Amino acid sequence: MARYGMVIDTAKCVGCTDCVIACETENNVPEGFCRDWIKTEANGKFPTIELEIRSERCNHCTDAPCVSCCPTGASHFHDVGGVVLVTQDHCIGCKACIASCPYDARYVHPEGYVDKCTFCIHRVEDGLDPACVSVCPTHCMTFGDFDDPNSKVNKLLKSRRHHSLLPEAGTKPNIFYLI
Amino acid sequence: MNEISTTRHSHLIDPTLHIWDWQIPVYLFLGGMVAGMMIISGYFLFKGRHTEKHCSCYYLPYVSIFLLSLGMFALFLDLEHKLFVWRLYTTFQITSAMSWGSWILILIYPILLVNILMNPPKMLTDKLPIISEWKKALLEKQLWIKNLGVVTMFFGAGIGLYTGVLLSSLGARPLWSSSILWLLFLVSGLSGAAAFVHVIAKDEYERVLLAKADNAFLIIELFVIMLFIVGLKTATQVQSSAADLLLTGSYAAEFWVFVIGLGIVIPLFIQLLAVNHKIHHTPLAPLMVIIGGLILRFIIVAAGQYSHWFALK
Repeated sequence: MARYGMVIDTAKCVGCTDCVIACETENNVPEGFCRDWIKTEANGKFPTIELEIRSERCNHCTDAPCVSCCPTGASHFHDVGGVVLVTQDHCIGCKACIASCPYDARYVHPEGYVDKCTFCIHRVEDGLDPACVSVCPTHCMTFGDFDDPNSKVNKLLKSRRHHSLLPEAGTKPNIFYLI
Repeated sequence: MNEISTTRHSHLIDPTLHIWDWQIPVYLFLGGMVAGMMIISGYFLFKGRHTEKHCSCYYLPYVSIFLLSLGMFALFLDLEHKLFVWRLYTTFQITSAMSWGSWILILIYPILLVNILMNPPKMLTDKLPIISEWKKALLEKQLWIKNLGVVTMFFGAGIGLYTGVLLSSLGARPLWSSSILWLLFLVSGLSGAAAFVHVIAKDEYERVLLAKADNAFLIIELFVIMLFIVGLKTATQVQSSAADLLLTGSYAAEFWVFVIGLGIVIPLFIQLLAVNHKIHHTPLAPLMVIIGGLILRFIIVAAGQYSHWFALK
């Protein structure tokens, strides 16, 4: 059983938004919405300020509250890699999943269903990387299987200090940021 | 310092979440009113008050069915993918509060229809005489009516607490992360329903009883609101900040003036004077209670969406 996720090196990310554009192009993301985005966080006190630039998206959580709150089962774990997906014609657009996501990673597509990052599962199943990963000019993003101890993502996590987003929310996110 | 900037600009998500508009608070309010009415009506059935000609248990099921349908229509209007609403009833998702609620709402209808059987519309009995026979059979059996009262109260309480559980199950919104939100909505629904029945009741005994009951519900509601706030303030930093939205933040003015002041304290004061025969009963106080209950849902839904795990403004 695979568990897909990403490791993103914040020391390499320059916030160029290539990943955002690639996602919009690959997935026909409607204007005014984002499946992924860049967040810049500055911490500390001058002159010792730390800046972290992150490419963020749905964390495809292992304990995804968006899946457990969905009244129709539209929000579900995909058989391949435990990726969190939404079946469009099962979604009634109640928006409970949007309210339940601590990352605000979902939105209502203009056609009525709830939409979000899919880890480009259509590409992954063809043996390709997600669009955002494949276009990154600094190669700061790595996609892989956390259940495979020899995967590149696991090796990266072992080699560097890292953090996930809002671990205190208890959702077990599957995207990690190398510090 | 901690400064965060983002390129995200999703409609209704940024800068602050606002996915639920007027439909959800209206639905939660009407659900609470129906819950309260079912509990009151069920209680009168249990106490055998159906022998009184003007007992509210004869007309409350009609009002309940109307308000419940109105609430469900509001809920339907909120759905973004309306044509797929039937998907709710092709599955049961045990971890989803909304799935539980959808099925509970469907169960409420037959219970209310059995209640209506005690006083069916004349138009219906003229066309279907068998309804009159069912009515007669039901009214002859005291035990059945007592049991119907218990079932009505049970499902009334179920729908009332469900309206709170629906929000508190969404843990990503710190303001809703409270284990007593269901109690707040249930008591608020009871006080609104008691106020409503107090105004429209034809039976003097019921009018006085429900005015007294409403006073008790309002006092309990104040206590539950206090516990709700204390629970949030003594929890995590994000929950404490969420409580501040009501205490001193963006929603404080509406909360203190319309919910606490005009919705609970002042009508409680008026009704205490009325039940102690200092002044005459007035429909003003019950009206304030009902509007206060509606505004409470609006504020909880709006402030809850505003509250967030990230930095709170």
